[in-house]
Amino acid sequence: MSLLFGKLTLAALPHEWFTIAGTVSMMLGGLGVALFLTYYKRWKWLWTEWLTSTDPKRIGIMYFVVASLMLARGALDAGMIWLQQALSVGSSHGYLSADHFQQIFTAHGAIMVFFVTMGFLSGLINYIMPLQIGARDVASPLLNTLSFWLYVAGAVLINLFFVFGGEFAATGWLSIAPLSGIEFSPGVGVDYWIWSLQISGLGSLLAGVNFIVTILKMRAPGMTLMRMPMFVWTSLSSMVLVVSVFPILAMTLILLTLDRQFGTHFFTSGFGGNPMLYTNLIWSWGHPEVYILMIPAFGVYSEVVSTFSQKKLFSYKSLVVAAILITLLSVLVWLHHFFTMGAGANVNAFFGIMTGVIAIPTGVQVFTWLATMYKGKINFKQPMLWFVGFICTFTLGGVAGVMLGIPGIDFQVHNSLFLVAHFHTMAIGGALFGIFCGITYWFPKITGFMLNERLGKYAFWSWIVGFFVSFMPLYILGFMGAPRRLDHYDASLGWQWLFIVAGFGFLIICLGAALQVLQIIVSVIQRKESMDVTGDPWNGRTLEWATSSPPPVYNFAIIPEVRDRDAFWDMKQYAVIARSAADEAILSESRLPRPSDALGARNDTQKITYKDIVMPKNTAIGIYISACTFFFGFAFVWHIWWLVIASAIGAIVCLIVRSFDEETEYVITAVEVEKIESINKSSTFPM
Amino acid sequence: MQKPDLQITQHNDSKTILGFWVYLMTDLIMFAVLFATYAALKTSTFGGPGPSELFSLNGALAETLILLTSSFTCGLAMLAAHRQNKNQTIIWFLVTLALGLTFLGLELKEFSQLIAEGHTWQKSAFLSSFFALVSTHGLHIAIGSLWIVVAIKQIYSRGLTPFITSKLTRLSLFWHFLDIVWIFIFTIVYLMAKV
Repeated sequence: MSLLFGKLTLAALPHEWFTIAGTVSMMLGGLGVALFLTYYKRWKWLWTEWLTSTDPKRIGIMYFVVASLMLARGALDAGMIWLQQALSVGSSHGYLSADHFQQIFTAHGAIMVFFVTMGFLSGLINYIMPLQIGARDVASPLLNTLSFWLYVAGAVLINLFFVFGGEFAATGWLSIAPLSGIEFSPGVGVDYWIWSLQISGLGSLLAGVNFIVTILKMRAPGMTLMRMPMFVWTSLSSMVLVVSVFPILAMTLILLTLDRQFGTHFFTSGFGGNPMLYTNLIWSWGHPEVYILMIPAFGVYSEVVSTFSQKKLFSYKSLVVAAILITLLSVLVWLHHFFTMGAGANVNAFFGIMTGVIAIPTGVQVFTWLATMYKGKINFKQPMLWFVGFICTFTLGGVAGVMLGIPGIDFQVHNSLFLVAHFHTMAIGGALFGIFCGITYWFPKITGFMLNERLGKYAFWSWIVGFFVSFMPLYILGFMGAPRRLDHYDASLGWQWLFIVAGFGFLIICLGAALQVLQIIVSVIQRKESMDVTGDPWNGRTLEWATSSPPPVYNFAIIPEVRDRDAFWDMKQYAVIARSAADEAILSESRLPRPSDALGARNDTQKITYKDIVMPKNTAIGIYISACTFFFGFAFVWHIWWLVIASAIGAIVCLIVRSFDEETEYVITAVEVEKIESINKSSTFPM
Repeated sequence: MQKPDLQITQHNDSKTILGFWVYLMTDLIMFAVLFATYAALKTSTFGGPGPSELFSLNGALAETLILLTSSFTCGLAMLAAHRQNKNQTIIWFLVTLALGLTFLGLELKEFSQLIAEGHTWQKSAFLSSFFALVSTHGLHIAIGSLWIVVAIKQIYSRGLTPFITSKLTRLSLFWHFLDIVWIFIFTIVYLMAKV
């Protein structure tokens, strides 16, 4: 039996109340989806139109779906943490054992970073970046679906202990050694953590390679580097960081795996192993990782503040320089996560100074955005609200971060709730608000109809109020000496009321999230009244608004030519001038590119000649390879060695078979393009 | 499908080759982590023998020469491919494959000797980092060898079309890359053991 199933026995199946609850709810959910698909006969449609799609727009939407589910999962963990901390005081020990509590905060951190924020950002970059650079696709469509499916495989694996039992890691989101070694964590929890991160990290790495090549090689004619929209710049910066540091994560996890399963001594406390090596390696990935999450959000804010102030970005160049500087500096600050671990005063001083220095380009960005708003015609739609909310929270979190970056202060508040409050201010107020900002901004582009404005504003106010109510008490608690990851404390400390206030804040945030769900449902129901037929609902400035909403599969019927930084704004200005001259001759004799070509079929005064368009075929290879990778990870967790070998061979065979395939593209003929362009005015979301 | 436009094909080619370069750089960072680990743990022998007692320069020198020669023959194969000489391309890739497999054989022999003498990766942090670094390179050589087999099959059945030569370009980049990494292993692990 152990040959067949490894360490996986019946005793490992779920028997704790919270794992059983997880199992049941997951099975019911899965059954519900399966029944729905069977009843409406949508299985084939789902497979051919969505799951095997190589269209970055569809892959982007699938990222949103998975990341939203994971957000619900991570939020559930957050609620359980808060409830435990509000209850477990004095003689009461709350409703969770210390071990469960540890598993929950570990899962919360890993899920929120890897599967929520990374997922949403990958989705945004997938959907928006190719549109903004005037491309029809990404550099490697196959790699793109593979990245997505590896992300899904990781997401399934991190939730799998609910179904297949065992346990999750109880080691904190970075599983610092030697705690994560086999000696102190003998169960399968750390292995689940390792393999879900390893597999989704591999997906991120491949996505990084893919997006870098896309941005460097596939920009529309005329779009020089210094004409790229800020979101493209920040995507590029973030992806450069991904390819620079995700290999470190991959190798560190491999070494930890070797330690746990093959008896090596990299990070053990005996045999000459060096746990500090692990701390250094994991943080030299971990710190850039938080910038990987933040930098694309900076790009979203830049787009939004410029569009909704109806102004060019103030000092675009300094924003570009700031993005590049943050990218470079972010790999030079990792040691500020462990000032207290005895590196010595000089080393601490260096990393403390670098941490202070990184605040400078960040501050430049904040002032640049504020200067963009100055004297602008500000339109306070939801994306702009998220932006303003971000500026307030982010500045606060940034100041707290600079405080933590000073070694002397860090020694006082290290590993306290002050730190927890700080990085949640950055992760929620910076990255998550950026994601909401981006989704509300690009929602009409993605779906073809507008989001309900009123519910969106209610949701925003719930989020921001809930955020401050739940995290301000944590700053105070941190100053009072409350350590992070605290599952029990003494009543005489007088901390309980602050934890209870924080818990109410969490409920307000939940209300905000519920309002967002309601907002999407209401918007879908009322979509007939709020169609975006122009493709440009916000009077936008960049190329994604130059095509219809939602864009056709090939994005642009005719690849636009770019003459200016705000390419679409320039085209619109140019078209106005040409029209007021009321002279088609200007357009036809001019050697400048015709903006109306880029505007596509929406300008019906001119006859446009379309050409054949070559697009990548859909492929299931990405699904097969990541399925093999998933089984590889699963088998490693449970020591099912035959399955490890079989799935490795499976993945290699898939790769080899694919390498013989030359027919990976198909042609959309000019006639078809014309037909699609003529009906696109009335198109809606591809249901 | 119509005959592919040459310009578009070349453009696609430049994308895949840039992408492959970026991938190689990520792989290089993986090796950098292993080199850093080796440097940090080199003296952590836990009372056992250190690099100077365990490694022989002769074996490593032989491995180095074989791998450098394989890089040369891989280059000859690519020259033949650009001349559209199918037979020569296949022959030089076969020579490269043979040299790569010889290298792997020598490496496995060294490993098995160390293990037979009781110097396994479980004995000390130093030995763990040695085995991790050198066998990761060996694993890459094994993958490269498998790739050469697939490439020879593709050349044999499809000929030297632009589709195939683009793949061969990436294969040769990969092989030369492994050679460069080996130079660093030879220097840092074997030569510096004797300093």
